[in-house]
Amino acid sequence: MSILVDKSTRVMTQGITGATGLFHAHGARDYGTCMVGGVTPGKGGDEVDGFPIFDTVEEAVAATDANASVIYVPPPFAADAIMEAVDAGVELICCITEGIPVLDMVRVKAYMQGSGSRLIGPNCPGIITPDQCKIGIMPGYIHTPGPVGVISRSGTLTYEAVWQLTSLGVGQSTCVGIGGYPVHGTDFIDCLALFEEDPQTEAVILIGEIGGSAEEEAARFVKDQMSKPVAAFIAGRTAPPGKRMGHAGAIISGGRGTAAEKVACLEECGIKVAASPAEMASTLLSIYRP
Amino acid sequence: MNVHEYQAKEILRNYGVPVPDGHVCYNSASARDWARRLGEGPWVVKAQIHAGGRGKAGGIKLASSRDEVRNHARSLLGTTLVTPQTGPEGKAVKRVLVEKGIHIARELYVSLLVDRSTGQVTLMASTEGGVNIEEVAATQPEKILHESIAPLTGMTPFQCRKIAFKLGFVGKEVAKAQNFFTRLYEAFVSSDCSLLEVNPLVLTEEGELLALDAKLNFDDNALYRHPRIRDMRDYDEEDPNEIEASQYDLSYIALDGNIGCLVNGAGLAMATMDIIKHCGGEPANFLDVGGGASIERVTEAFKIILSDPKIEGILVNIFGGIMKCDVIATGVITAARQVGITVPLVVRLEGTNVALGKQLLAESGLDIVAADGMADAAEKIVGAVRTRVAGKARG
Repeated sequence: MSILVDKSTRVMTQGITGATGLFHAHGARDYGTCMVGGVTPGKGGDEVDGFPIFDTVEEAVAATDANASVIYVPPPFAADAIMEAVDAGVELICCITEGIPVLDMVRVKAYMQGSGSRLIGPNCPGIITPDQCKIGIMPGYIHTPGPVGVISRSGTLTYEAVWQLTSLGVGQSTCVGIGGYPVHGTDFIDCLALFEEDPQTEAVILIGEIGGSAEEEAARFVKDQMSKPVAAFIAGRTAPPGKRMGHAGAIISGGRGTAAEKVACLEECGIKVAASPAEMASTLLSIYRP
Repeated sequence: MNVHEYQAKEILRNYGVPVPDGHVCYNSASARDWARRLGEGPWVVKAQIHAGGRGKAGGIKLASSRDEVRNHARSLLGTTLVTPQTGPEGKAVKRVLVEKGIHIARELYVSLLVDRSTGQVTLMASTEGGVNIEEVAATQPEKILHESIAPLTGMTPFQCRKIAFKLGFVGKEVAKAQNFFTRLYEAFVSSDCSLLEVNPLVLTEEGELLALDAKLNFDDNALYRHPRIRDMRDYDEEDPNEIEASQYDLSYIALDGNIGCLVNGAGLAMATMDIIKHCGGEPANFLDVGGGASIERVTEAFKIILSDPKIEGILVNIFGGIMKCDVIATGVITAARQVGITVPLVVRLEGTNVALGKQLLAESGLDIVAADGMADAAEKIVGAVRTRVAGKARG
């Protein structure tokens, strides 16, 4: 078991003929993911390296039974690509694209209301269930199957946590990068709820960062609704207020969303917080034995 | 991206938001001339810098004659204004805004921003205008009104009326407030703002609503579709290293410490700063080289880090996913040779092709300390910098 993606997930790529899209479509296929083809408007009917290309997502879904889509479309067109996938009824949409205008995402979020689609991202590394399905840009080899779920707002910091786990001989059920964007799809709580229900997942590492209140909301959810142990790390303890730290989401304004506030809230809710990013896996293992 | 007050008002004016008549001036003669063109006094002369708190710092002056306008402009231009938001070094005044004085009956507050908890634009308003709104929010949260705006409908008339009545507007003022809020929302959405703040929004003695001050921040990711706004960027208001970095697609923020950081990924970059501090050191910067860093970008990143005179050591922390460690290692070696690094350099590599990357560094003949893992890397750089600084102190 795992959450959201497994061996049966059929993945299409939006923006498959772009250098990034094609590169990662290969990477995912080499990892063993069921990659069924892709969309590039105007190139429908062609094929690239064995991936059939379609003009629209609707056509791609009809022809391939894709139930997941990964988006590598450039920022000006990415919001439209997400909505096209929603319109075509794709269940899981993973948007890797970084730099989408925030108000575009506000519209996407409104458009998605009431639909059956789930969005991961944007501006995220993607989602992986080790040895089954890799959707996104994470290096596959650092992962190993096992009992720990990982959720994170940051890409490379997710790799760091995963690598620490793997190095200590502990595998992962599913790792989800929800992205560091102020307006995004799937959030911490969605993933925590899925991990709580997933029989394979025994414990969770949650990686947050400064800005917003998603970590605090997640902490309250853990306290009220979760039985499984959760460890966390919050990046940005040393960030100065009011400065944007690369992720549009990671900005502390008006004294809210600081690392200290988040850490205090997480600890109050019974989550063990790693003092240093080098101790994410070891902190989890101090409260949980696989 | 931020703009000056006069530019913010120009944008608002284009969307039909009422603002006072005024004009930007770069010298005192032009200030006097614009006072004449604006008609009868009094006038207000406002220093244009990218920071709030100007009033208390003496950056906003009232003038009752044209000569006084000129004198105020002369005294402000070229001075350095220190406000609670500029930092102790202050900001140089290079432009002033000359405006027609207003007879104020009431001062209110209104702003628009993207609320990440709802994923929608929220309008905030308060009867407590012209003051520190953060203080109001902290001490009297009931005095801040919130209205969440659905993107598919936009700001509706009933929402405008709700806010207008709660703010105490009566009679014809209500329709004026509705017009004001509608156009403000239009300006926010059409120009891709991330924050639009009018503080104060004033009701004049003549019954008009005006944006007496205006602060606009724009979503950097949307600037590609607003070339006219992008052209308003004032490079004098920004850190030169941050400008340089943005030209190479590097995300760089200068800090106060002495350990330079070069990292891939924003989260890992923040975490690297955190672990340096955890080990007793002080980071000198946040620097994210991004996922697709080339040798040129790595070199440029080193140059920017080293241009900070406080630097006593550098930590490179790379978790290569798609980014291959041998590419990064080559970049580090090239940069070290080109730039000539004289401070301790600790490199931690992990991920794709890590063995090859480490081998390249070891064989480079450069004085590079290799580290295994983040903790080891942080301890090594903090230790090396401590030794170096102690050695300098001994002379």
